Amino acid sequence: MVENTIHATQAIVTLDVPIQGIVWGSIITVNMWAKSIGTGVVFLAAYLLYRHKKESMPNLRWIMPVIAFIALNVFLFFTLIDLHQPYRMIHIYTHPHWTSSITVGAWLASLFLGLVTVLLLIGVADAFPTLGGKNCKMSALARKNSAVYEKIMPFLVFLAIPVTTYTAIIMAQSSARELWQAPAEVMQMLWAAFMAGSAALILVSGSWSKEARKDLAFVLTIAVFFSFAMYMSEYFFSFKSSEAEATLAFVHAGGAYNVEFWTGMTLGFIIPFFLGLSSIKSDNITLLRLAAILALVGLFLVKDVWLKIPQMLPLS
Amino acid sequence: MKLGFLVDLSLCMGCKGCEIACKVENEVPLSSWRLRVKYIDIGVFPETKRSFTPLRCNHCESAPCERICPVSALHYLENGIVNIDSSRCIGCAGCMMACPYGAIYMDPETNTADKCTYCAHRIESGMMPACVVVCPVEANIFGDIEDDNSHISRYIMEHKGAVQVRKPEKHTSPTHFYVGGGNQTLNPLAHQRLEGFSLFNNITHLEHVGDQHHSILDRFLAPFAGHAKLNNDNFTAMQENVETHSKEGGH
Ligand code: SF4
Ligand code: SF4
Ligand code: SF4
Repeated sequence: MVENTIHATQAIVTLDVPIQGIVWGSIITVNMWAKSIGTGVVFLAAYLLYRHKKESMPNLRWIMPVIAFIALNVFLFFTLIDLHQPYRMIHIYTHPHWTSSITVGAWLASLFLGLVTVLLLIGVADAFPTLGGKNCKMSALARKNSAVYEKIMPFLVFLAIPVTTYTAIIMAQSSARELWQAPAEVMQMLWAAFMAGSAALILVSGSWSKEARKDLAFVLTIAVFFSFAMYMSEYFFSFKSSEAEATLAFVHAGGAYNVEFWTGMTLGFIIPFFLGLSSIKSDNITLLRLAAILALVGLFLVKDVWLKIPQMLPLS
Repeated sequence: MKLGFLVDLSLCMGCKGCEIACKVENEVPLSSWRLRVKYIDIGVFPETKRSFTPLRCNHCESAPCERICPVSALHYLENGIVNIDSSRCIGCAGCMMACPYGAIYMDPETNTADKCTYCAHRIESGMMPACVVVCPVEANIFGDIEDDNSHISRYIMEHKGAVQVRKPEKHTSPTHFYVGGGNQTLNPLAHQRLEGFSLFNNITHLEHVGDQHHSILDRFLAPFAGHAKLNNDNFTAMQENVETHSKEGGH
C-alpha cells in the first residue's frame, strides 16, 4: 500500500478489519476492450466507406458487422458474468435508474447490438446468396431489405459515440477512484476505439486495396500516438490530487503493475506506432498485422493496469 | 427531518461495542462490516497516543452510490437515510466503486451489496440505532440535524469549528460528523496501513468480493442447484492467506 504519511506524525493503523481489494478486475478489462473493438470497427468502416469505393474493400460490408457482433457479445457476456446476481440483469430494463451511466450505457449498448445484428443479417445474406438454402426465409427477408443497411449505418456511427464513451462516464461516477475522474477519459475511450477498430480491420484486410490499408495504418498510427501522449501526461503530470498521485505510485514505484504498464505501452503503443508509420510508406501486410495484434494486446494490458491501480488505495 | 450521526472521538474508548452490536442487530456475516472501529497509533515513543475511529456509511446528501446504482437498489428514504433494497440489487459493485468511503461491501451470503442503513428498521419503530444504544460513553450521537433542539444539533452548535466530515472535497455532503478527530485519523492517506502489522490479526485485505466459496458458474446455477449452506468455517478459510500478506510487506 502507498500512503502519503506525514513522517513526523508517525501515524500507523494498528487494528482494523480487512478492507476490500480489487473489486472490478480483469473481467471488466475484457468488457472495455471488447467494446472498443465493437464500436471501433463501426467508426472505421464508416470512414473507409466515405473515402474509398466499396469494391476496394470487398468483404467489409459483412465482416464489419460480424466482428462488431462478436465483440459486443463478448462485452455483454463479460458484463453479465461480473454481476453477483446475473439473472437480475433484467432489472436494468425493468427498473432503470436513469442517473446511472451503467443503466444508460446498457440500454444504448443493447440498441447498438440490435442494429449491428440487422447489419450482420443483411451483410451476410447479401455476401453469401446460397446461405441457408433456397427456402431460408430469414436470408430472403434480409436480401429483400438490403438497402436498410446503408440507411442504418449513419445511426450506428452516431450511436457508437456514446456507446464507446459511456464507460468514461461510469468511471467519472465512480467517485471513489480519483485517477478516473478525468475528462481525458472520454478522449481516451475514443482513441481506444480507433486503435482497436483499425487493428481488428487490419487483420481482415488482406484482399483490400493498398490505399484502404494505408488509411487503416494511418488511423492506427495516429490513435496510438495520441493515446500514448495522453497516458504519458497522466502518468507524469497527474498532480490533480494526492489520491491520484498515490494511485500512480503503484506504477511509479516498480512492481507488477509497473511491468504490466510498460509492457503494454511498448507492445501496444510504441512498437505499433513505428510499424504503422512504416506501413503508411510501404504496404507491408505482415508488419501491419503484427502492429495490429500488438496494439490489441497492449491496449488490454494498459487498460487492465488503469482499472486496477485506483482500487488498491484504502478508502477509509 | 434529516437524520444524522455524530461521533465524539474524544469520548470513544475503542471498546468496539458498536461494531459488535451492529453485527448482531443486522446479522452482518463474517468478513463484512457495516461499522468498524479503527485503531491508529500516532507519534514516536514515548510521545504516543492511540486513537479510535468508528467508521460507517455517511448517508451523504449527494450520494454517489445512489447515483450510480443502475436499478435504484440504493435509494433515499424521506428521513434522509440512504437505504438499500437487496432484492433489487444486481451485484454490479458500481456502488463500491462510487462510495469514496469504502462503506459498502458485497454480502458473502446473499451476493448483494449492503451497508449501514442507520438501522432504518429500528428507526421506523421509534428505536435508536443499535450502535448508539450500546455505546457506554455516549460517543455516538444520533438524531434529526434539521431540528435545532435535537441533541445532535446542539452538539454541532456547541463544537462549531471542531466539527468535521470525512473527505469534504468529494462534495458528497455527509450527514455523519466527527468531533475531536484530525487529519491523521479521518484521512486514510495520512496514516500507514502496513501489511501484516496489526494487533490480533494480520489480514489487511480481503481477497474476495462477495461469496468466495462459489465460482462465477455457481452464480448462474444457484437458483436451480442451491448453494451449500454457509457457516462460519467458510469464512475463516481466509486465514490461509496470512503468510502471503506478511511476506509482501510490513514487519
Ligand atoms: S458514505 Fe458511501 S455508501 Fe454511504 S451514502 Fe455516502 S457514498 Fe453512499
Ligand atoms: S451492486 Fe447493487 S446496490 Fe450496488 S450499484 Fe450495483 S445494483 Fe446498485
Ligand atoms: S446505525 Fe445500525 S447499521 Fe449503521 S452502524 Fe449503527 S448499528 Fe450498524
